[in-house]
Amino acid sequence: MPDATGPDQIFQRALTNGEIVLPRCDDCGAYHFFPRVLCPHCHGTAISWHPASGKGRVHTTTVVRQKLERGGDYNVCVVELEEGVRMMSRVEGIAPRDIVIDMVVTAFVGGAEGQPAVLFKPAEV
Amino acid sequence: MTPKLRGKSAIVGTGHAGFGEAHGLTAYDVMAQSALAALGDAGLKLSDVDGLFCTMMEDSMPALMAAEYLGIQPRFIDGTMTGGSSFVNYLTSATMALEAGLCDVALIVYGSNQRTASGRLVTASRPPAYEAPYNPRYPISAYAMAAARHMHEFGTTREQLADVAVAARAWAQHNPEAFERGPLSLEDVLGARMVADPLTVRDCCLVTDGGGAIVMVRADRAKDFPKAPVYVLGSAAESSHRQISQMKDFTVTAARESGARAFDAAGVSPADIQVVELYDAFTINTILFLEDLGFCAKGEGGAFVEGGRIAPGGVLPVNTNGGGLSCVHPGMYGIFTVIEAARQIRGDAPGIQLRDVDLALAHGNGGVLSSQVTAILGSQNTL
Ligand SMILES: [Zn+2]
Repeated sequence: MPDATGPDQIFQRALTNGEIVLPRCDDCGAYHFFPRVLCPHCHGTAISWHPASGKGRVHTTTVVRQKLERGGDYNVCVVELEEGVRMMSRVEGIAPRDIVIDMVVTAFVGGAEGQPAVLFKPAEV
Repeated sequence: MTPKLRGKSAIVGTGHAGFGEAHGLTAYDVMAQSALAALGDAGLKLSDVDGLFCTMMEDSMPALMAAEYLGIQPRFIDGTMTGGSSFVNYLTSATMALEAGLCDVALIVYGSNQRTASGRLVTASRPPAYEAPYNPRYPISAYAMAAARHMHEFGTTREQLADVAVAARAWAQHNPEAFERGPLSLEDVLGARMVADPLTVRDCCLVTDGGGAIVMVRADRAKDFPKAPVYVLGSAAESSHRQISQMKDFTVTAARESGARAFDAAGVSPADIQVVELYDAFTINTILFLEDLGFCAKGEGGAFVEGGRIAPGGVLPVNTNGGGLSCVHPGMYGIFTVIEAARQIRGDAPGIQLRDVDLALAHGNGGVLSSQVTAILGSQNTL
């Protein structure tokens, strides 16, 4: 794969290497997600990449009910990261029904649909 | 729309087709039958139509397909796709086009055969790249997460969500056009199969076939048609996001802005509205929109709908046809909010006809609470 140049490529390449990086605007200092060529807050175009702290909190959550033979129930949630951005994800290592709003979670690079993806697990206290 | 366009256009025909199951028909067949019904209602012919406002779930160029199917060559066309809100949004563009002389007869039209074609909600849209890997089920996962957040912040209960479904069914039971007319109790909703917590299958809209159409003309000739004209007093849109993960506040929709501007254009306030038609894709929608449109304060929507308060005989008539929850939901429901509002004003609603309706509100929702469009319609008395 040639050098990653586009915002999506940079994000996905980092995931492939087991890292989670987030785009931050050099002009206003705010993070954003999903990756793009401009800052959605101030519309500046100077974007740099920073390793994510991995600290997050479940902003909202649902259990998608599914028959056992098709894989059973699973979690879909939106996590707010310490950096102020939100992403859709799921929390693993805990029953979907036990995941609650405001639960403190930690990001890791796992697999979703056969591709590296940002997933979360309950934070260790 | 600004106050400048208040009452400049009028609905002179409404029609629908294929409600429930339209066996053997394509989505475009249902669209065309709806168009003919609305034009018949207005005493017009397809050849009179020179402005077409249409989107469907089938193609990437559905408005062109519709024009071709209908055998018309419109000189003004709008196929803006904002999901189910599109058809309420066309009230604005149709009013502008009519007022500017870009067309003389505007036809807003939609059709779908999603129930008999597949039994699933058909959508031409791809799952967003940063959400798809987590397998959210669209659109219910998004609405479930909005409901969860509303419950968390305001103490809204599953019983209150269920109240919305029970009220919709109570209206539908009087409407011979409605698809689901059997009894539905609070216990039925609460005991129904959970699909995405906290929403059960009875918190979700129907999956039916169906189409709808609206004919609009300039106000100055609106009285030349068989039915009493229904004037567009105000309409306004606001869009806040596309993907649910990008929604800033899961408990506040852009209906706050669309509603405020529609009320401003119409020069009326929520207290003046006699009947409310909201896009109730899920029970949480009704609660969110009642709050955001100003019928109650933020967080009080749950209490507002409790105990039959929006059911027949309640304090505010909401979704008098039975809504997307119990009347019809062919993929995109928005056009039916306008049709039912217009029929309540004209006095020919198919179910419970409220008395002396002069002012009605229709509200469309598109995407995953993404696009909000509010319209305020009025009788001759409101001009
Ligand atoms: Zn910036």
